[in-house]
Amino acid sequence: MSDLAPPFEPLTVLIVEDSAADRLLLSGIVRRQGHAVLLAANGAEAVDLYRQARPHLVLMDALMPVMDGFDAARQIKQLAGQTLVPIIFLTSLSEDEGLARCLEAGGDDFLAKPYNQVVLAAKIKAMDRLRRLQATVLEQRDQIVRHHQYLLNEQRVAKAVFDKIAHSGCLSAPNIRYRQSPYALFNGDLLLAAFTPAGDMHVLLGDFTGHGLPAAVGAMPLAEVFYGMTAKGFGLAQILREMNAKLKRILPVDMFCCATLLSLSFQRRSAEVWNGGMPDGYLHDIASGERRPLKSRHLPLGVLSAQAFDDRTEVFPMALGDRVLLLTDGVIDTCDSTEQLFGVERLMQVFADNLEPGQLFEEIEQALRDFGGQARDDVSMLEISLVEPAQLTPPALVYSDSGQSSPLDWSLSFEFRAESLKRFDPLPYLLQLLLEVHGLRVQSAALHSVLAELYSNALEHGVLGLDSSLKRDVHGFARYYQLRNARLEQLEEGYLRVHVQVAPQGTGGCLVIEVEDSGHGFDVQRVMDRPLDIGRLSGRGVSLIRQLSRNASWSDDGRRARVEFSWGAQA
Amino acid sequence: MSVNTKVSEDGQKLTISIKGRFDFAKHQEFRDSFGQIDNQRPNAVVVDLKEATYLDSSALGMLLLLRDHAGGDESDVRLINSSSDVRKILAISNFDKLFDIT
Repeated sequence: MSDLAPPFEPLTVLIVEDSAADRLLLSGIVRRQGHAVLLAANGAEAVDLYRQARPHLVLMDALMPVMDGFDAARQIKQLAGQTLVPIIFLTSLSEDEGLARCLEAGGDDFLAKPYNQVVLAAKIKAMDRLRRLQATVLEQRDQIVRHHQYLLNEQRVAKAVFDKIAHSGCLSAPNIRYRQSPYALFNGDLLLAAFTPAGDMHVLLGDFTGHGLPAAVGAMPLAEVFYGMTAKGFGLAQILREMNAKLKRILPVDMFCCATLLSLSFQRRSAEVWNGGMPDGYLHDIASGERRPLKSRHLPLGVLSAQAFDDRTEVFPMALGDRVLLLTDGVIDTCDSTEQLFGVERLMQVFADNLEPGQLFEEIEQALRDFGGQARDDVSMLEISLVEPAQLTPPALVYSDSGQSSPLDWSLSFEFRAESLKRFDPLPYLLQLLLEVHGLRVQSAALHSVLAELYSNALEHGVLGLDSSLKRDVHGFARYYQLRNARLEQLEEGYLRVHVQVAPQGTGGCLVIEVEDSGHGFDVQRVMDRPLDIGRLSGRGVSLIRQLSRNASWSDDGRRARVEFSWGAQA
Repeated sequence: MSVNTKVSEDGQKLTISIKGRFDFAKHQEFRDSFGQIDNQRPNAVVVDLKEATYLDSSALGMLLLLRDHAGGDESDVRLINSSSDVRKILAISNFDKLFDIT
């Protein structure tokens, strides 16, 4: 006997035979082989006995009174369900048709009379092997089903938790459309969107390496950083740095997250983009029909150390109605039956054939089907349009303090010098501080916007000496931001001062913000004489400041800006 | 074998050749290909992609693993003979910033 043979386990064998002499003979043989025996004199008794005692194996005579072996075999097989109960017919039938009937009735084998002890023993053993094999297969199948249900349940729970985090954002905003398979999370696709306090929109489309739970695990901290920092008013560069550092720390070396991060400003009508490892996104200029690719310029998130990480973004102007389309590699990497990729060229053809922009997703999906691609469940697409700010309703900010204390009489001054201006964005910290004043909270969006414009005016036109008229057209716009980055990188001197003063006023209060810079100033009168118009690409900052704050004024030849915010009695 | 390894006679250069689709299915083979050379680490590693038809993101992850194993920022890992399709995939991920790709 080989080592692999299972240890002998005695079986319970049901012997069904109308001849008492044969019953005695058979039960003797079977007992001597070490098995237990049950006896029945006809089919009906056999079925009853099977029902009560569930024997492992049946030796069945074919022709018996009351109920014959064929009927009994059928009924026993039905009772046994998926469990294999081998039935060996005992038969003196010799014609083929009779033997075939035995098998058709559910018999597994037959044994011709007169009985040969050795053959019977061998057949019992062979049938027992089959019986065990079947039992093992069933057990494993049930185990797989249990594991699968367990896994599905885990995914359902994980998805429910994750949806709470991921969909706390503004994916349902009227200017966003997206397609994502319900379990895309477990394919590593991640789609996030949220309003900044100034009413801009941040959007992230990410794609983790790998599948299943490992990919989903990385998505959680990424979403937390995205929503937390966006709500606090941080810019793309800081958010990207934080995400990269976090993923680098927690993910194994071979895992990373390709991502496109987008900041859409409805007031300035521009899009700021960072793409690390994602396929091209597209900025669709509706007026010209041109689609400008938003190319991957960086390594994915979670690959580089914080020191080597590159947070440089690109800024593009947009007009009302322009759209940005982002997609995951599930689209262009869909294969047909010959391993051909769908590819960028076919995607371009879909763009070219598209007449109704609202139908683009459907047309891409149709093209993928026509291509004969195997359906991939990791195709995610997102399209976001530039609309009037008034069409969007950013949610009210949620503050975690009790609302009891509110400092009302204080002032602060900061001076930021070259080295700080290069790397540090003080705005989120300043705004956090100002929003401790409860009266200002209802105006937080205007406050964010005005402070951001004052700061970037002082930095870009003041300290860096950039001419805003550069931004007249699309190419100038790109040039402007290239110059901005280059000059900031080389900055060695200059300063930017922020003075903040909060004072009670009647039952409410008043905030004065002054921003001073070391630049050359500008012709205040000429700028102030321009109409309050935000349709141009350049000079939107000053218009915006004048519309959103009170008593905006410039002094010291434009080197010093001053604005006021005031509020009434607290409810 | 769809992942083959060869060490140069002086033991200074390890060449790993990939055949067919370079995706998660090759994970174990690829890890084994450089995992065994732990003791006498060669100075340079060359990944020959001449017969690689496609790279997916888990292949990119494996390349990062190899780079880390070969010394991270101090490593000398070259990817050679990449087809235009393969090079496109490497370009999207900007892997040319980490690897010498030809």
